Amino acid sequence: MEKMQCKCGHVNPPGTVLCESCGRSLTEKEQNSKLVDMRYEGTARRSQTYNKTIVDKIWNFFSSVKVGVSLIVVILVAAAIGTILPQQQYVDVPVRNAETIQAYYADVYGSVGRVYHFLGFHDLYNSFWFIILVGMLAISLIVASLDRFVPLYRSLKNQRVLRHASFMNKQRIYAEGNGTEDTLDKAEAKLKELKYNVSRDKNGLLAEKGRFSRWGPYVNHIGLIIFLVGVMLRMMPGFYVDETLWIREGETRAIPEAPGYTLESKNFEMETYNTEEDEVFEEAIERVGTVAKNYQTDVVLYKKPDDSLPGANDLEKIEESAIRVNQPLKFDGYAIYQMDFKLNELKAMTFALTNKETEENLGELTIDLINPKNDYELENGSTVKLLGYYPDFSGFENGEPQTATPLPNNPGFLVEMTTPETPGGETSFITIQNTVEPLGENQYKLAFQSADTRDVSGLTIRKDRTLPILGLGGLIFMIGVAQGMYFNHRRFWIQQQADGGILLAGHTNKNWFGLKKDLDQVTEYASLPAYRDQQEEIEKQKKEEGEALS
Amino acid sequence: MNEKKNKKKQNRLIMRTVILLLMIAAIGYTLYNNATAEDVSVLKAGDKAPDFSLVDLEGNTHKLSDYKGQGVFLNFWGTWCKPCAKEMPAMDRQYEQFKDQGVQVLAVNIAQSEFEVQNFADQYNLSFPVVIDKTKSVMTAYNIIPLPTTVLVNPEGEIEQVVTGEMTEQDIKGFMEEIKPE
Repeated sequence: MEKMQCKCGHVNPPGTVLCESCGRSLTEKEQNSKLVDMRYEGTARRSQTYNKTIVDKIWNFFSSVKVGVSLIVVILVAAAIGTILPQQQYVDVPVRNAETIQAYYADVYGSVGRVYHFLGFHDLYNSFWFIILVGMLAISLIVASLDRFVPLYRSLKNQRVLRHASFMNKQRIYAEGNGTEDTLDKAEAKLKELKYNVSRDKNGLLAEKGRFSRWGPYVNHIGLIIFLVGVMLRMMPGFYVDETLWIREGETRAIPEAPGYTLESKNFEMETYNTEEDEVFEEAIERVGTVAKNYQTDVVLYKKPDDSLPGANDLEKIEESAIRVNQPLKFDGYAIYQMDFKLNELKAMTFALTNKETEENLGELTIDLINPKNDYELENGSTVKLLGYYPDFSGFENGEPQTATPLPNNPGFLVEMTTPETPGGETSFITIQNTVEPLGENQYKLAFQSADTRDVSGLTIRKDRTLPILGLGGLIFMIGVAQGMYFNHRRFWIQQQADGGILLAGHTNKNWFGLKKDLDQVTEYASLPAYRDQQEEIEKQKKEEGEALS
Repeated sequence: MNEKKNKKKQNRLIMRTVILLLMIAAIGYTLYNNATAEDVSVLKAGDKAPDFSLVDLEGNTHKLSDYKGQGVFLNFWGTWCKPCAKEMPAMDRQYEQFKDQGVQVLAVNIAQSEFEVQNFADQYNLSFPVVIDKTKSVMTAYNIIPLPTTVLVNPEGEIEQVVTGEMTEQDIKGFMEEIKPE
């Protein structure tokens, strides 16, 4: 494409709509239209005219607003489809791995679920095509912004005061008429009072205000790019942790994904409101039964010395703390939140050694289900020996008692009871509400007396190093929005011709009402000719034509 | 004039190429991170086996680094886990064969009571050391999820292989051959 030379002599880059120097319309289409198209100041967007290598072709593809908007629409639609079936982290499978999750979608949702899983909708944010789409949107944001910002910035920086009459009379706000000698001086004074930057050149005047509002969209895009960088960093190891830790009262556990840190749970507490003390909740309590007041885990945080090894018993206490809902324990960039709980897991059981016939009680023993002992001595020389312990008894296999899990959900004990009366010992297998005497009828039994329980806290361990980046991106985004939305770029061009006549044109990127209010004041003070809103006239004319036709 | 124009064009091309390449690299890196995110914490063959220090039922401390120069057959287990119990006698028999050839077996129990672990060791008459990971810190360091999992550590202290699930006696023999010092 050829460079375009304007009648004024200025050579414009190919694709220019309005002469960079004087503002004359350069294309036939522009010359025939009543109003000029002021988008991007009529500058050439290089991408539309420059198309040589494969790099340029890729660049031009991403420079297109149509492509950008299509990407946004596709991403929105994909994200919407991703909400139709649950995402994989929320599906309930007993064992969590790729196969069980795939099977879950097929079993529960049939062929729809199978396709959904196959296309990666079950884990949308991590599916490769979704990441590629968002990445393409990022490229589009950068390329399209650069392609528009650079020429616009240059054009606004190098503005001429004097524009050609054909540029002026094709502006939406236009006036022509008589003036006096001091018209330009008076207009300048008033415009300055209205906080316009005024520049004069020979017989012309250019007043401008709020140019920075034109950068709003680009600032906004910078914010989005920073936001996307933050999201990208989340996938890098070390930046983002979201783990669950179930911990029982009395347990000490390594904190997942927080090397060197260990947590001990001292106590879990759930408090509810009661009707006497908290009258406000009386109605709610009557309606739903209980209203929770507090969920709290009292913990001790330990750290290992730097040279210590996993498993070594050399914990150094850092702090004691109470974790409540919304009041996490914070340390070293991590936060531990109270998320869930289970009440009343068995912790210890108390039995009485009892003569089955006489009901005579030879003393009590308490078996700690978390850390049972071998032998339990009673006062009068009787002993109970624990031969086997099956915390979650699930039946016999080849005569051998089995345990399904390591948790004391259904404890079973194989014991040998020795009393002065039965010095040879009697063997008994005890589970809740059931006793088996495998080696024949016994004289003594262990009668269940009471049980102690403990609670389990469900904690979430979070670390998010990307939050400051996301916050910064969001802030810059909002600054860009405010810049573009709440400020306007207003300009007036005034020229006094040799015969004393005045030409006036006005332009703003938005809020024409505000521009007119400013101009009203200047017109009154400097006795400028009355202006016309040419756009309104065109619209009115069109409406009338339409009415005439119908 | 023409020279200047050509130079400008060339600069523009370089600029565009650099920006596009940077962006494509960022997307590629994100995809790579995303694809490997699940394996990052799981140990792979070739990784250095994290050192640890655990106490066995006799009260002796076992550090992984103490066994440098020997192959270590690191078996994570629990008494409730049936496949774990099933492979124990075979492990014990193979240990008898390989212990003089520089292969050490360490059975790491996951946070159970000494009573249960001792009882189990007595019942199966285990001759290799059985250690208890009371705070699950070694389990966390090795990112062990299913039981049994066996981590084969070669004499250089590197992970040779991670085996999840039950092993036959033949498997165990083969693995011990694999990590036996030359």
